[in-house]
Amino acid sequence: MDALDLARWQFGITTIYHFLFVPLTIGLSVVVAALQTAWHRTGRPEYLRATKFFGKLFLINFAMGVVTGIVQEFQFGMNWSTYSTFVGDVFGAPLAMEALLAFFLESTFIGLWIFGWDRLPRRVHLATIWAAAIGSNLSAFFILTANAWMRHPVGFAVDPATGRAYLTDIWAVLTNPQALSTYLHVVSASFVVAGLFVVAVSAYKLLHRDRAPHPDEPGLFRRTLRAGLVTTAIAGAVVALSGDHQAKLMAEYEPMKLASAEAIWETESAAGFSLFAIGDHEIGEVGVGRNVVDLEVPYVLSFLATGSPAGEVEGINDLQRRFAEQFGPGDYTPNIPVLYWSFRLMIGLGLAGVGVGVIGLWLTRRGALPRHRWMYRVAIAALPAALAANIFGWVLTEMGRQPWTVVGHLLTAASVSPGVSLGEVAFSLTVFTALYGALAVVEARLLLRYVAAGPGHVMPYPRAGEPEPDRVPAFVY
Amino acid sequence: MDLPTVWFVAIAVLWTGYFVLEGFDFGVGMLLPVLGRGSDTDRRVVINAIGPVWDGNEVWLITAVGAMFAAFPAWYAGLLSGFYLPVLLVVVALIARGVAFEYRGKVDDPRWRARWDVAIVAGSAVPAFTWGLVFANLVRGVELGPDRVVRSDLVDLLNPYALVGGLATLTLFVLHGAVFLALKTDGPVRHRARAAARAAAPAAGATLFAFLMWTQADHGSPATAVVAACAVGALLGGALLVARRREGWAFLATAIAVAATTAALFATLFPAVLPSLLDPAFDLTVADAASKPYTLGILSWIGGFALPLVLLYQSWSYWVFRRRVTRAHVS
Ligand code: HDD
Ligand code: HEM
Ligand code: HEM
Repeated sequence: MDALDLARWQFGITTIYHFLFVPLTIGLSVVVAALQTAWHRTGRPEYLRATKFFGKLFLINFAMGVVTGIVQEFQFGMNWSTYSTFVGDVFGAPLAMEALLAFFLESTFIGLWIFGWDRLPRRVHLATIWAAAIGSNLSAFFILTANAWMRHPVGFAVDPATGRAYLTDIWAVLTNPQALSTYLHVVSASFVVAGLFVVAVSAYKLLHRDRAPHPDEPGLFRRTLRAGLVTTAIAGAVVALSGDHQAKLMAEYEPMKLASAEAIWETESAAGFSLFAIGDHEIGEVGVGRNVVDLEVPYVLSFLATGSPAGEVEGINDLQRRFAEQFGPGDYTPNIPVLYWSFRLMIGLGLAGVGVGVIGLWLTRRGALPRHRWMYRVAIAALPAALAANIFGWVLTEMGRQPWTVVGHLLTAASVSPGVSLGEVAFSLTVFTALYGALAVVEARLLLRYVAAGPGHVMPYPRAGEPEPDRVPAFVY
Repeated sequence: MDLPTVWFVAIAVLWTGYFVLEGFDFGVGMLLPVLGRGSDTDRRVVINAIGPVWDGNEVWLITAVGAMFAAFPAWYAGLLSGFYLPVLLVVVALIARGVAFEYRGKVDDPRWRARWDVAIVAGSAVPAFTWGLVFANLVRGVELGPDRVVRSDLVDLLNPYALVGGLATLTLFVLHGAVFLALKTDGPVRHRARAAARAAAPAAGATLFAFLMWTQADHGSPATAVVAACAVGALLGGALLVARRREGWAFLATAIAVAATTAALFATLFPAVLPSLLDPAFDLTVADAASKPYTLGILSWIGGFALPLVLLYQSWSYWVFRRRVTRAHVS
């Protein structure tokens, strides 16, 4: 165990944790903005109540996204100083743009939205939530551009005098095919999560509709349930299409990642998509692994990777040999079992969530509600499944890039801070893990509490026979 | 001025924006138990005075650090890895504090709120002190050898000069926050805020004076002397103005004090960005650390476009929330 291992663990843990909140922020900000727009257009109080209710849940989640993001930005310098010095000229630019163009927008307008209900004209107030939502979705673009550059570095050169990378073409970095494809995939996956969040909350409230505090409440959740299902289904289609594109880019730029995710040892044409495999890597030396057991659907992998059922997919053993020649001796294989199972879990769990969205749309057509209680439970379970799919997707992406941080240019082992001791990283890893664990409990309890309390808690229902109050209650701390 | 120098100044401006804005947030957070003594309503007045703006203020830090990463990668890397434990402390404090603002009011239970109040106070005091400690050490120099790796440990960082620096920013932010609350609240909180400002002023004035004099004696130039004098003068002016109930002007004065203190530190640092304690030949300078002109040029375009816009909408947000916060407002 050295500082490098712990720094990797810390990065993995803190980034995954950050990404538990990010998809909800990206998707829910737009959902809440859309609900408020519906209220603005129709003037119907149930839309306002839905805006306030989901807005509150959004804010509880948003706070965690913000504070855990700060860790990410500092961590590059703290634990990965060699990496930061090497890439800063290129990688720093999108990060600085993110702060200047997206974070300022988002944080300032979210403040205006929370506290501005009774201070701003309604139209202006509506614009503030849209500005915040645009900020969130823009921030994802810049950070993913930076991330995509590490997987497929473009628009740069390495200065022989300093050994540092420097930017030669910002446009190439911003229009990196990996970045655009990843952006579509991640943002649509975020909307799957957000859609299923709305579905899960609505399903939970409808499941217990006999306890509704007001006769109008089930009607509200019937609408949000539909809205959530529509969001999930549309986003699901984009996820599948962009995911297919991601696989093609992966075959082109990171063949080792694809081969590992599929446990393909030797180069194959007309390769099948493996459903279950047990590999045997340790027995031989590097570069001569094989599968002991493998169950495949023929042609599917070749189609996914190349667009043609007969296409050639390179194998791990061949790639290892090629990389050893190109970059010198060493092990260029990532952790194959982890990649293999992450890939399957991402697709399986994620598409299961999308499936719930599609089937749910069918079941709720023409205002119907599913009859069986278990159906509501399945709808609720789809949310953690989709969130887990996102996490497995990132594990695939990031662990599949190993042993590189910047593919072909900088090894992870060479990225770490030389001046930071094992003790220091161990300490920070412990502190973050403990703090994050505690905060997760607090945040989950708070979300459950507000879901249970329902929309009447954030905007009380009028007493029977009385009109809805005219004044919109403001959020305050 | 060449581009790297321009960007050194730009980074100094971003940090200045950060300290001026989040400086009063920190002060407000630290003063929470004092000014909100005995009444939850008053504590909510205090928190709501910064409620709409604290997150936007914190993004100045994210931007300052992001800009350092892009414009001076080696500075960013050396600073954050070299000051590992203090930076960790700041980050943890900012997490606790950010969550506390958002979650404190979400459950109606005095024990719940009391716990988050602790997070707000500690989460404000720790960065207020630690930033002073870090910047003082930055000016003083770090263990930087020919391999360009910073190897300072915690004991090196806790030297008397840096401790005075930490106390200087801590007390300065308390004063700045008290003046802000005197300006932004009404009723008993405003009254207590004014008293707190009067009480904090002598301590803030004395430590800031000591810190800047010490800095001047060891590293100063005539230019930094002028800026440092401005800082101390503005602080005293702020204290006098708040006593006379000229709260708007007093706030301007303490803001100038914070800005001039930051400017004095950056001016002292220049042209190094990480001075070496071992040998000036090992200093990491603006020129060594800078990104290439192409990148700096792009950053200049983006910054030149975005920063005025940010200033515009952030000012608008302060304008929207210009009214004083009162007990009636939060209940
Ligand atoms: C709801 C979540 C979800 C679902 C249903 C899918 N994905 Fe995905 N996938 C993600 C969530 C995700 C993700 C978490 O958002 C990742 C991680 C990084 C990224 O770009 O997106 C990801 C990464 C990712 C990568 C790695 C990109 C790289 O490393 O370069 C590939 C090849 C795919 N996906 C392919 C697919 C395919 C073929 C899918 C099935 C149709 C699919 N994904 C469904
Ligand atoms: C711009 C965005 C990102 C950058 C620049 C980035 C960079 C890095 C770096 C430098 C490492 C350390 C090298 C290593 O551990 O092996 C790493 C590892 C890792 N990252 Fe990312 N990352 C980004 C986004 C994400 C996201 C959003 C997630 C998931 C939610 C993620 C998940 C991981 C995981 C799981 C590891 C550990 C892999 C391992 O140690 O084998 N990353 N990433
Ligand atoms: C590992 C690299 C990452 C870094 C350095 C990073 C940085 C940050 C920072 C500093 C914040 C707080 C902003 C604030 O105070 O307002 C934040 C929040 C956020 N990040 Fe990340 N992040 C990373 C990964 C990601 C990824 C991969 C995505 C999206 C795909 C993402 C999207 C967001 C969103 C939507 C928020 C919500 C809160 C906000 O923007 O204020 N982040 N991130």
